[in-house]
Amino acid sequence: MARLTINGKTREVNADPSTPLLWVIRDSLGMTGTKFGCGAQLCGACTVHLDGKPVRSCGTPLSAAAGKKITTIEAIGATPTGKKVQQAWAALDVPQCGYCQSGQIMSATALLEAKPNPSDADIDAAMAGNICRCGTYPRIRAAIHKAAGTKGA
Amino acid sequence: MTALKNPSRRTFLKTGAALGGGLVIGVALPEAFAKSAVTTSMPNAWIRIGSDNTVTILCARSEMGQGVVMALPTLVAEELEVDLRKIKVDFAPPGEVYINAMLGGQLTGGSTSVRDGWEKLRIAGAQARVMLVQAAADKWSVDASKCKAANGMVTGPGGKKASYGQLAEAASKLTPPKEVKLKDPSEFRYIGKPLKRLDTAGKITGKTEFGIDVKLPGMLYAALAQCPVIGGKVVSYDASKAKSMPGVKHVVQITDGVAVVADSWWRAKTARDTISIQWDEGANKTLSSEGVFAGLASAMSKPGAQIKAQGNVAEGMKSAAKTVQATYEMPFLSHSPMEPMNFTADVRKDSALLIGSIQFQQMALGMAAAITGLKPEQITIKTTFLGGGFGRRIDLDYMAQAVELSKAIGKPVKLVWTREDDVTHDFYRPASLTQMSAGLDASGKPTTLSFKMTSPSVTVRLFPEIVKDGVDPLQTEAILVPYDIPNQAVATVIHDTGLRVGYLRSVSHALNVFANESFIDELAAAAGKDPYEYRMGLLGKQPRFSNVLKLAAEKAGWGKPLPAGRARGIGVMEGYDTYMAQVAEVSVKDGKIKVHRVVVAVDLGRMVNPNIVEQQLESNIVFGLTAALYGDITLKDGRVQQTNFHDYKLLRMPETPKIEMHIVKSTEKPGGIGEPGMALLSPVVANAVFALTGKRLRKMPFSLA
Repeated sequence: MARLTINGKTREVNADPSTPLLWVIRDSLGMTGTKFGCGAQLCGACTVHLDGKPVRSCGTPLSAAAGKKITTIEAIGATPTGKKVQQAWAALDVPQCGYCQSGQIMSATALLEAKPNPSDADIDAAMAGNICRCGTYPRIRAAIHKAAGTKGA
Repeated sequence: MTALKNPSRRTFLKTGAALGGGLVIGVALPEAFAKSAVTTSMPNAWIRIGSDNTVTILCARSEMGQGVVMALPTLVAEELEVDLRKIKVDFAPPGEVYINAMLGGQLTGGSTSVRDGWEKLRIAGAQARVMLVQAAADKWSVDASKCKAANGMVTGPGGKKASYGQLAEAASKLTPPKEVKLKDPSEFRYIGKPLKRLDTAGKITGKTEFGIDVKLPGMLYAALAQCPVIGGKVVSYDASKAKSMPGVKHVVQITDGVAVVADSWWRAKTARDTISIQWDEGANKTLSSEGVFAGLASAMSKPGAQIKAQGNVAEGMKSAAKTVQATYEMPFLSHSPMEPMNFTADVRKDSALLIGSIQFQQMALGMAAAITGLKPEQITIKTTFLGGGFGRRIDLDYMAQAVELSKAIGKPVKLVWTREDDVTHDFYRPASLTQMSAGLDASGKPTTLSFKMTSPSVTVRLFPEIVKDGVDPLQTEAILVPYDIPNQAVATVIHDTGLRVGYLRSVSHALNVFANESFIDELAAAAGKDPYEYRMGLLGKQPRFSNVLKLAAEKAGWGKPLPAGRARGIGVMEGYDTYMAQVAEVSVKDGKIKVHRVVVAVDLGRMVNPNIVEQQLESNIVFGLTAALYGDITLKDGRVQQTNFHDYKLLRMPETPKIEMHIVKSTEKPGGIGEPGMALLSPVVANAVFALTGKRLRKMPFSLA
């Protein structure tokens, strides 16, 4: 049994300590907003926050999450920055298929927490790890600027 | 936010019971749907109205990002006279009424959804509205012409009012009108407006249910080991270690490999990786990229099928002042949607429940019936939201595997592929070779064009009945140039390279537009002419082509100076009844191509939603640039060599160009927009690189090495 603090709640899970956090969140805890895309930390679909920092949950073992605060897409809207990001996403109609958007929003929220007024170069650096096969990048960039109240190039 | 829910049989029945006889136009009960899957034809199965005034519109196409879940209900709601923001949308089950008339099957593809639904969905909405108005008129004993429908209400003389929910039951007993008058486009309230999508809220909060998110009571999880050479079979295997691992419930051999079923997917996958399997790798075990392209090159000497013969090509070449030849090469591509292949099946003795991300409901039903031995009416198929499709989910190998597996273990099971499974077991976009030659007169004008391409055919495998005399209509899209060239010979050769192939976004448009729009650029260069002016000079009889070309050139500042180290390329095409031109601005640094800006001009006739049109244009530019810069599936010893996003690269945020879109106001019939843009981007970028460096890029993905 491992004890996790996720979205402000304490949950007990019965999984091997080496199990990637992604599968604990999705299958053991039944929270499916966090997505499986590559299993190799290459696409960012599984991004969650560990103590406020974005991590790829497909490459984070359960043991590394113990004792830390986990935040997922299901609760990111409860934070002021996360809420602003979601509002900007809705205002600009960012998603297409939507599958990667949980991860995009988690990465964008972490960026704005660290840099409230990001430049385009900051956005490139923070978002380069999140793939969107539908190609919503122009709207993601615009939505991050909108949430920050900054202007893009 | 409008609630968009996935069709759930249980909820459906519960809702039906609770509403106690609301209007069901066409058909309501899922049992009836199941029957209609086989033979029944339903004239109007698109709308459900509950006595609580809930309006549910059924979407019969799969939502994979392209926006059908918004666009198609918009067409119904426009004529039904309901508030679009308050409707609910369910995905339709398999049913004859839901067949895509342009494709002849219940299939999402070919950028056909709006074109197929443009009239029939408005008619469905109008029929329902007329019935509701008639029900009100009957109730008030007035003539229907004295009543009016708006915003989910019917109003009549003397301030009489009734909601659709109040009228639904009576309306459902009326005969649907045979003919209805549709609105004049000037009266459209929703169609043609840049409305926000109804499915956004779920997608930004993690609530939208994709196939991979499905959970059934008592469900187990599965991972499958498939032969590294596609098509190979299991000879023997040793799963002794897997069987002893925690959580493992079953190890089962199925047609495509050996599956491990466990109480969690991670356990299933970890155990799968320990199985050692002896494969019969089959006929494809020696496939290599070199062999594939050698095969295509030798197929080029076959006569093939003649697509066009006009004038006298031999004579034209002989009398030409100048001749130009070029060969273009396109690789295999993987679809790589972000949601890996997966499917959930619960096969029982006398029923089956199948849920997942699929693009071809009719095929799903047929395959499931064949595998389970059940009758179609015993099988329930539910389509979830798709985490991307791009044509991959037309082929349902992953569904068949889950169905076989659930049947074998007698329990509900969710099969999930790894990304590696996905990249190495796709149905790949065909590789191709295209040989072109042209003769120019003394002024540089082309008098003669010869075009011959060879590639594998997806259609031979999936829909062989539509391949006639060696012509595959899905190999020959956009194969004819729009340019006025008197002598033309166009031919195709179908050549099976061994590797299985599938339809991928824009299908053969991508192959043929790359060759045609690169070659016309080569001819302009050989003639010493500006590539824009050269094209315009040959498009006198093609106003829709020349209009978009002119618009793109104007907006891009064609001919105006650029900063040092940058150049522009241009191109034009038609695909899916949509006319498009693009201009790309590029630079090259350390041998790497960077695309800074893409200007798109498009004439797609009437639109349902310009916001979604713009989304799709953006999507196509990014998708096309991925193919231009990276897309390459290669083979060695029968194995696909790419496995994940480190070696099958997809475009990322920093590489994304600025995209500017200009949509022509048009009253032409609607064209498709989900696919054409990606086909045009590659030649436009190649042409820009030529303008900058003088080097022609005739092979994709592009390399300046």
